[in-house]
Amino acid sequence: MQAKQILLKQISVFLENKSGRLAEVTKILGENDIDISALSIADTTDFGILRMIVNQPEKAEKVLREHGFTVSCTSVIAIAVADRPGGLAAALEVLDKESIGIEYMYAFVGKTSNEALVLLRVEDSEKAIEVLTKNNIKVLPSNTVYHL
Amino acid sequence: MKYWNPTYECMSREEMTRVQNERLVNTVKRVFHNVPFYRDKMQKIGLEPGDIRTIEDLKKLPFTYKQDLRDTYPYGMFAVPLSEIVRIHASSGTTGKQTVVGYTRRDIDTWAEVMARTLVNAGADKNSFIQVAYGYGLFTGGLGVHYGAERIGASVIPVSGGNTKRQLQIMKDFGTTILACTPSYALYMAEEMEEAGIRKEDLKLKAGVFGAEPWSERMRNQIEERLGITAIDIYGLSEVIGPGVASECECKCGLHIAEDHFIPEIIDPETEEVLPPGSKGELVFTTITKEGLPLIRYRTRDISSLNYEKCECGRTCVRMSKVSGRTDDMLIIRGVNVFPSQIESVLLEMSGVAPHYMLIVDRVGNLDTLEVWVEMTQNMFSDEVRRIEDFEKKIRHEIESTLGISAKVRLVEPKTIERSEGKAKRVIDKRKI
Repeated sequence: MQAKQILLKQISVFLENKSGRLAEVTKILGENDIDISALSIADTTDFGILRMIVNQPEKAEKVLREHGFTVSCTSVIAIAVADRPGGLAAALEVLDKESIGIEYMYAFVGKTSNEALVLLRVEDSEKAIEVLTKNNIKVLPSNTVYHL
Repeated sequence: MKYWNPTYECMSREEMTRVQNERLVNTVKRVFHNVPFYRDKMQKIGLEPGDIRTIEDLKKLPFTYKQDLRDTYPYGMFAVPLSEIVRIHASSGTTGKQTVVGYTRRDIDTWAEVMARTLVNAGADKNSFIQVAYGYGLFTGGLGVHYGAERIGASVIPVSGGNTKRQLQIMKDFGTTILACTPSYALYMAEEMEEAGIRKEDLKLKAGVFGAEPWSERMRNQIEERLGITAIDIYGLSEVIGPGVASECECKCGLHIAEDHFIPEIIDPETEEVLPPGSKGELVFTTITKEGLPLIRYRTRDISSLNYEKCECGRTCVRMSKVSGRTDDMLIIRGVNVFPSQIESVLLEMSGVAPHYMLIVDRVGNLDTLEVWVEMTQNMFSDEVRRIEDFEKKIRHEIESTLGISAKVRLVEPKTIERSEGKAKRVIDKRKI
């Protein structure tokens, strides 16, 4: 599988630490028929970065920008690991052995049983995909993730 | 010692006019011949030094603006060879560059002289212990008061600003009798003092000279009450010389200007027309004894009025009223001049775009605080928290090094800062002086 089919467009939105901002974002997406597959929020004292995997990333970016939000797109990789203790550790060990740094990650339980899905933002996406695949870690094609 | 220099401080108006006429004529000759900037300006309006014979002719002369000093940065308006400049000071400019001033040996002497008058107005003499808590360095406050205090023969304690705990210990142990600092810092010290359990009766403080920022009668009463002193308002600006340009006397009804050195005028800030005594307008100064950087009709942007009546203290030098505001958007935060446009320059340089920003100024526990809100733009944004935080830190660092004071930076969402149709409102000043 090529990197192009794997790399997911994750939407990142800048949010001030004010109440209602998150609700506003999800409301806008809802109104535009955009489905969220996964999300995480990185927060600091003054602001947060909302990261989401949605089924229509380009539309989401456009629509949120129209409403005045600062949005950017980042490439992330989705992997599936065994949904049992040690499942995630195995995948991370692989990356660590090849010295591939992970910027951040977040996990969510997919619809298939026995599998947990993990989204990774790494320093070197191409190398990471190669290394994971070589070590039999299941890397998901982006289309699969968008349509979860 | 009631007056430092009674000859000039109590001179008759006739005699003062004669002195000013002579000194003005000499100054105009000197700048015409030595400062290309002034020669060009005068020639453009067909003016020659010979056209200026008395102070009545002042209104024929062109004005000087802060922008002119910026345009000739750093030494373009000096009237003497640089080898004769023995001191350089600087204050905030409207953008990144500072406003630079230079002094000859004679100027330093003049400065000490006028500053001595200010200190004597507050009751200082050679037996005084003067704690100089104004910042020493490029800022004219510290060294200005210092040289004036030494001139009187007082014992100068050059503490500079900050480190309040140590300031209080020095005040108590070294027997300070005269305090020199910004009024808000004086109040801050009073508070720290009370918290540390030091009573004003434990101190030898008699008086203080306070300036570099606007302050109210209410603040004066507080300072006098809590420190057990008489608090005198003093005025100055680096361009004219520094502290020592004017100061209150024991009457506290106007600040006597050392007009044998600096001729004041009040003008309408819009039309630049000279206004009669008693009218409120913008203060303009012409220096008539400075050699290094003589300035003709320098627009201070400070709002005041002039009173030529003889004061109860016996001084005849014209009095200016306490400065009541500015005709530009300059702020004074912790005694430092801050122009909102300086922030704009910093942001523009950093992000290539001029984002929308807002300055929030407040006073918390007697100390001024500055918070800068900057609207996030697309090209500033990054998916990584660390990068945004680094950027925020970088903005703060740049602002601090440009302004000379620390500020908190807060990144806010786009479109959250008020837009205005005309001139953008860049400042919210919550302080109630």
